[in-house]
Amino acid sequence: MNAAGWHTFVVGLLAAGVARGTPILFATLGELITERAGVLNLGVEGMMLVGAMTGYGVADATGSAWLGLLAAMGAAAALSLVHAIAVVVLRADQVVSGLAITFLGTGLSAVIGAPLVDSKAAAARLPSASIPALRGIPIVGPVLFDQNIVVILGFLVVPVVWYYLYRTRAGLHLRAIGEHPAAADSVGIGVVSQRIAYVAVGGVFAGMAGASLSLAVTPGWVEGMTAGQGWIAVGLVIFAGWDPVRAAIGAWLFGAIRRLPLDLQGVPDLPLFRNPNLGYFLNMLPYLFTIVVLIVGSRESFRRRLGAPAGLGLPFVRGRR
Amino acid sequence: MRAGGWQVRLEERLESGARRSWMGPGVAIVAAFLLGAVLIAAAGLDPLQIYGHILHTAFGSAWGWSDTLVKATPIMLCGLGVAVAFRMRLWNIGAEGQLWMGAWAASGVALGWLPASTPRPVMLAVMALAAMAAGAAWGAIPGWLKARMGVSEIITTLMLNYVAFQWVCWFVFGPWSERGFQLTPQFPSSAWLPRLSDAAHLSPSFSGLTVHAGIGIALIAAVVVSLLMDRSRWGFEVRVTGDGPRAAQHAGMPIARNTVLALALTGALSGLAGMSEVAGVVHRLQDRFSPGFGFTAIIVAWLAGLRPWAVVVVSVLFGGLLVGGKEIQPAGIPQMLQGLVLLVIVGAEGIARYRLRVSRAEAGA
Amino acid sequence: MALPSDYPEPQQPAAVAMRSVCKRFPGVVANDDVDFDLREGEIHALLGENGAGKSTLMSILAGLYQPDSGSIRLHGELVRFRSPRDAIARGIGMVHQQFMLVSSLTVAENVALGMPEPRFLVARSRIEREVHALSERHGLHVDPSAFVWQLSVGEQQRVEILKALHRGARVLVLDEPTAVLSPQEVAAMFEALRALVDEGRSVVLISHKLDEVLRAADRLTVMRHGRIVASGMPARWTTREELARTMVGRPVLLDLQKKPASPGDAVLRTSHLAVRGDKGLLSVRDLDLEVRAGEIVGIAGVAGSGQRELSEALAGLRPVESGAVELGGRDATRWTTRERIDAGLGYVPEDRAVEGAVGALGIDENLALKAYRKPPLARGWQIDREKMTQIAKERIREFDIAAPGPSTAAGTLSGGNLQKVILARELSAGPKALVAAQPTRGLDIGATETVHKLLLGLRDKGVGVLLISEDLEEILSLSDRIVVMCQGRATGTLSAQDANPEAIGLMMGGAASEDA
Repeated sequence: MNAAGWHTFVVGLLAAGVARGTPILFATLGELITERAGVLNLGVEGMMLVGAMTGYGVADATGSAWLGLLAAMGAAAALSLVHAIAVVVLRADQVVSGLAITFLGTGLSAVIGAPLVDSKAAAARLPSASIPALRGIPIVGPVLFDQNIVVILGFLVVPVVWYYLYRTRAGLHLRAIGEHPAAADSVGIGVVSQRIAYVAVGGVFAGMAGASLSLAVTPGWVEGMTAGQGWIAVGLVIFAGWDPVRAAIGAWLFGAIRRLPLDLQGVPDLPLFRNPNLGYFLNMLPYLFTIVVLIVGSRESFRRRLGAPAGLGLPFVRGRR
Repeated sequence: MRAGGWQVRLEERLESGARRSWMGPGVAIVAAFLLGAVLIAAAGLDPLQIYGHILHTAFGSAWGWSDTLVKATPIMLCGLGVAVAFRMRLWNIGAEGQLWMGAWAASGVALGWLPASTPRPVMLAVMALAAMAAGAAWGAIPGWLKARMGVSEIITTLMLNYVAFQWVCWFVFGPWSERGFQLTPQFPSSAWLPRLSDAAHLSPSFSGLTVHAGIGIALIAAVVVSLLMDRSRWGFEVRVTGDGPRAAQHAGMPIARNTVLALALTGALSGLAGMSEVAGVVHRLQDRFSPGFGFTAIIVAWLAGLRPWAVVVVSVLFGGLLVGGKEIQPAGIPQMLQGLVLLVIVGAEGIARYRLRVSRAEAGA
Repeated sequence: MALPSDYPEPQQPAAVAMRSVCKRFPGVVANDDVDFDLREGEIHALLGENGAGKSTLMSILAGLYQPDSGSIRLHGELVRFRSPRDAIARGIGMVHQQFMLVSSLTVAENVALGMPEPRFLVARSRIEREVHALSERHGLHVDPSAFVWQLSVGEQQRVEILKALHRGARVLVLDEPTAVLSPQEVAAMFEALRALVDEGRSVVLISHKLDEVLRAADRLTVMRHGRIVASGMPARWTTREELARTMVGRPVLLDLQKKPASPGDAVLRTSHLAVRGDKGLLSVRDLDLEVRAGEIVGIAGVAGSGQRELSEALAGLRPVESGAVELGGRDATRWTTRERIDAGLGYVPEDRAVEGAVGALGIDENLALKAYRKPPLARGWQIDREKMTQIAKERIREFDIAAPGPSTAAGTLSGGNLQKVILARELSAGPKALVAAQPTRGLDIGATETVHKLLLGLRDKGVGVLLISEDLEEILSLSDRIVVMCQGRATGTLSAQDANPEAIGLMMGGAASEDA
């Protein structure tokens, strides 16, 4: 393969990687915000599935992909509120409740979405948003400016979350309720209500993640179509050290790795990768990569003893130390 | 809330960490099924008909019971293992992958690592040992990562499920494939766990009953796990570490070693479940032979309050759910019900911490 | 003899008047029909033993708890606080014993936390300027741009006070503010508080330290078992002994009687010990320490001087950076916790509910936490449950542990009884050396006396005891020798006869002793 061929390969991989990484990006940011508030939500996978199914179903029924996206956000947020009530109000175990949300979301989306699997009529999709003026820039153009609108939305959401977290009063309060809820409470910040709200925000993001899958990145609805991406998002939050910018880099890198097996099989110079047996091992890559990424992230926070919000996973009760 | 000079208040109970009674899980199951009925009705289906069908299919006949016990076997084995890990607050959600690895290793033994002429007891014992070793290794990896580097076992055990699945797929589609189909050749009969129907010559009522020796293995495992947790020094260490990790550390307990051991034990039991499934039910390895036994086991373990004998009982209930739900479309209903059961029990634990207190409202208060 | 009650009413207008306040918690009545008066421009000490209900009463004033009944008047006006926000808005600021500071945020961010301004964007530099101005004005010096985790305990306390002042607090409540400070820091803090009340503010000082209270407060209120036993008495009208009796409800021996020590060989020794803290910085440096059989060595120092890291390194819970630890004459630097326990090291950890015991398990199991590995409890791979119960019954009797039975969950015990369980476990193992970290923190006077007697008894039986405590009085009354720590170093060693609070205080602040 010549230089031009490689160029096409790399650009194609990057562009597809960023696109594939976008659902994971939304899910990761949502979980990051939830965990920053001190709540662990392992239900991301379930919420994404409910979001993907609802988004596709509503888009199919109404013909509007945007309505689908909104409905997806609402449905996933509703599911996340179940978790919020269980763990913030009733102070149930966060791990088990999150697992329950994933089971419930997986089952629920399969039950309600069953008729949608056969729906041959392609539902409305979210439009792409290529910017003609910028699309022509080599490498950067196709990767950044010739993408679906959700991908562009992903680019915009990262700095917004960063700014919110580190530069606004609300973000300061968010960090405080996750680090030291009693301190936040003692200066009059409503820990319980804010935690519930941020769990719901996490749900909204997971819904966006699901809908961006079913309405843009891999359009259509199939049972269990997230294939563990929600779990990968939970892992990426640790890798990112609870920082939105690192989360974004991780998510896009991940998208590229998910895409890699497909692209490698198409490279004429590498017939090795056309061996179908290798496909199984290439398919393991994203999951093994998650483990590696976790090791890196955990070692770092182990060494510095920083990163995880100090109040993560612990219920808050006023006046109890 | 106030009514006629009386005020009703939600107040925390005096005793902390109130022990759950046997009634708790029962109420949770009923509540979950009621909620499920609402959701099923919302999806445009008839919940009564579906529940009736499940109940009748699973527990309405000897065949139903037999099928239920067949499904309960792997859930029971995985559930026992998960209960041990959870008791130490190790959130192993990788039982599914450990089961796959166990099935793979057992299949390897049956398909050629041992000759087909190997006597049945030897063959089955080696299969079981191989399966336990493979499952244990698959569980020990996250355990080691957790003990040495503090890597969250929740994610690693889950990710390894996907890896195990791809690994098995490769063998089933590739080296072990029977003429390119996605399954292996049938095992030699020396690698089959005995079934009740094999004894049909003793009593005609046994014919057609597929329940196999795996249920016996599972019950023995329950005895062993129960003794281990309640009587042994290791079980004491596990319980102390689960309830008070810092105190366990101060008492000089080998937490890192036990983390690896507990996850390896879960893996071994789940691996055994995989062996029991391929040797007792399908007699070959194929992709998608497990409808998520390892995940159901998590719910079962929690619902059983992590008590080994309760795991046995709850496994049978959930086995019935799987049998009854098999032919029901859409296929997600059993899984949805499982999620609801877990959610309700988790919520119920929260609610159980409170009680209603009725007192006279004070004037002007 | 009762306390005088016919003292004159103060002239200043009332700041706070709490009437007939009742508050129940599961199992206890924390406040039973309590009246409390606070005047403008006074420092009012609220005294009582641990568990007397002082903190609960002030938490009600700060909006943290709602009273079951009773009323609060603020400057004559009836108020009702539903949350801390309400109380803050009405000018009540509380500095909790456990600081309410987010350690990953800066000083300025902590001060700004929860304030209505700025409404949206946080401009760090502006808040930092404001905090700086405020700290200069009140003589509470602290760097506004520093992260809280970088600050010493004394500085953190100043941040807490600044937080309250920034919110315009007119009434300032401080819960056990001196527990973590050196005598010199205490003096500086009282000076700053005096300046605040001179401007017309009011201060409530929750304390159980009699000397300090008599020195700093204008008036005193004493609580016992949730009730008021002395109300608004001028500090100069009473004495230390009288106060102690009022607090406890019976005469108290303030000084312990002890036999002279007869120390033997060294049982626990460190040389040039260096240990890293959680943040990776050296928390113990170049520490030489020797505990001989039959003596109590006290470690004095303000909170966070490396005591915790030292005790954890001795117990094998924290790796040693450099230097050596010796147990019974053998090098134990690389030994595991279990090896040290087997070599005869007992340990009473600082956090008894989390480190010393498992709340969900029974007393019997907690007593077996270390002994389960050996006979008679261990029988092959099994644990002998009957033996466990039998031993537990014996210990409950022997150590006078108040509990319904041997399987009672440790989490339901009072602090004093839980500490007795831990001591019973450690003492029954027949230790050669015992490290006791903050063994009486949070205990009432009766339990404290028991713990002190047990430690002295242990010493007289020939065990070497290392006593780590932030309570200087405890160190002075129990120790045969005293080592003072400051920023991880030993700044001095004193014999019991030479020791006095002033000299130790100087060393706690970093001044080396003359003979060092």
